[in-house]
Amino acid sequence: MENRVVITGIGIYSCIGKNLSEVTESLKRGKSGIVLSPERKDYGYRSGLTGYVERPNLKGILDRRSRIMLPEQGEFAYMATAEALKTAMLDTAYIASHETGILYGNDSTAKPVINSVDIIREKRNTMMVGSGSVFQTMNSTVTMNLATIFKLKGINFTVSGACASGSHAIGLGYLMIKHGYQDCVICGGAQEVNLYSMGSFDALGAFSAREDEPSKASRPFDRSRDGLIPSGGAATVIIESLEHAQKRGAPLLGEILGYGFSSNGDHISNPTADGPKRALEQVIKQSGLLPADVDYINAHATSTIAGDSAEARALYSVFGDKCPWVSSTKSMTGHECWMAGASEIVYSVLMMQNNFIAPNINFENPDEDSKKLKIVTELKEQEIDIFISNSFGFGGTNSALAVKKIKNK
Amino acid sequence: MTKKEAIDKINYFLAEEFEIPESSITPEAVLKDTLDLDSLDYVDLVVVIESNFDFKVQPGDFQNIITFQNFYDYVTGKIGLNDDDKR
Repeated sequence: MENRVVITGIGIYSCIGKNLSEVTESLKRGKSGIVLSPERKDYGYRSGLTGYVERPNLKGILDRRSRIMLPEQGEFAYMATAEALKTAMLDTAYIASHETGILYGNDSTAKPVINSVDIIREKRNTMMVGSGSVFQTMNSTVTMNLATIFKLKGINFTVSGACASGSHAIGLGYLMIKHGYQDCVICGGAQEVNLYSMGSFDALGAFSAREDEPSKASRPFDRSRDGLIPSGGAATVIIESLEHAQKRGAPLLGEILGYGFSSNGDHISNPTADGPKRALEQVIKQSGLLPADVDYINAHATSTIAGDSAEARALYSVFGDKCPWVSSTKSMTGHECWMAGASEIVYSVLMMQNNFIAPNINFENPDEDSKKLKIVTELKEQEIDIFISNSFGFGGTNSALAVKKIKNK
Repeated sequence: MTKKEAIDKINYFLAEEFEIPESSITPEAVLKDTLDLDSLDYVDLVVVIESNFDFKVQPGDFQNIITFQNFYDYVTGKIGLNDDDKR
């Protein structure tokens, strides 16, 4: 027997707000979280543009042992998860007696690695990195820390799938619950934003150089786009079997209908339309939908010339002239990379809950591909019954999640 | 540095690192209990010693250290301050 899988909790800590309420406002207002970082310019970045995310002060909230093991993205993930647990009405007593898992997307932890190597090089003494270093430097840092802090007893590992990490984490959690291996899984994605995190990505020349207008730099699908803006934070999505959620009287924020995935089988960084198209077709089929059933697409579109065009072609090939409303929230947030697949589920659920579609800000002129899409340029009041969120990443990894509103609670 | 200055410095960095009130540190108090040390914390104890004093902690050095007095004696002994030293 297969279980229906529902979303019962969401939490967010991002450059457009540190909680659900702030983020809802920013999405409605089309507020950009992008700034120009002089530090990055001093450090030799071609583009100093970045999403600005303030580190939370967890002293007094978490004990010393927990804090010294948490890197920046782990702190963001803690904040997002604490909010999601509250939304889901899950407390420590319940978690202690009911197996709860964690699958979180993360694909780097640059600053702790660099800091520890600097110390070892200078001191020639590994012990001087301290006891927290190893737990910050491993790619699984977010899940190992959160599982310890929240005393989780279910499945526990990190998903590294480049810029689709957060989406794949939710997709894998969905499969775990659908097939009965877990009742409740904390899913999400986290992304560091420190000075070291994006140097080698900047080297590819993929970032926008529109430094004189930070809030206008991220312009997915617009003809004059010139690259993405790296960003970060963390987003948590708590998913459960419908039965489990109903039994404990949890809020039902949406139902995950399907998880489509594919690999381009092509170039490591050049996007294709075929790979995303296959993921989209898979999620639609798996969800038992027709393309016309979909009300809104939260596009992956990062504001790169090639990537946005490839996605636009994929969308048009699947949906044709009956394309649903499309927007890329990356126009406001920048590209939240490992976090993006999870944060964009949170953003879309907020839109679904509040009956609006957030604008794809800075979309002024279409190109040959994006002119075929119905792109939302201003806040649109719109009931969303079903949305799809796309996430793609280096290596040609693709993920698409379909979510439906639950009307009869 | 006098022995008192060394002890003041030790108390200060232990309180800072392990986030306890300095007032909870007394010579007779048990180091492990007062600082709430687990196996990982001994690594940080080495870091704060070596960052504040110019000597290298050897494996096994902590085996006979139970109280803060033991700890003071260990550090001051390593940096060449004995009981009679009034410098």
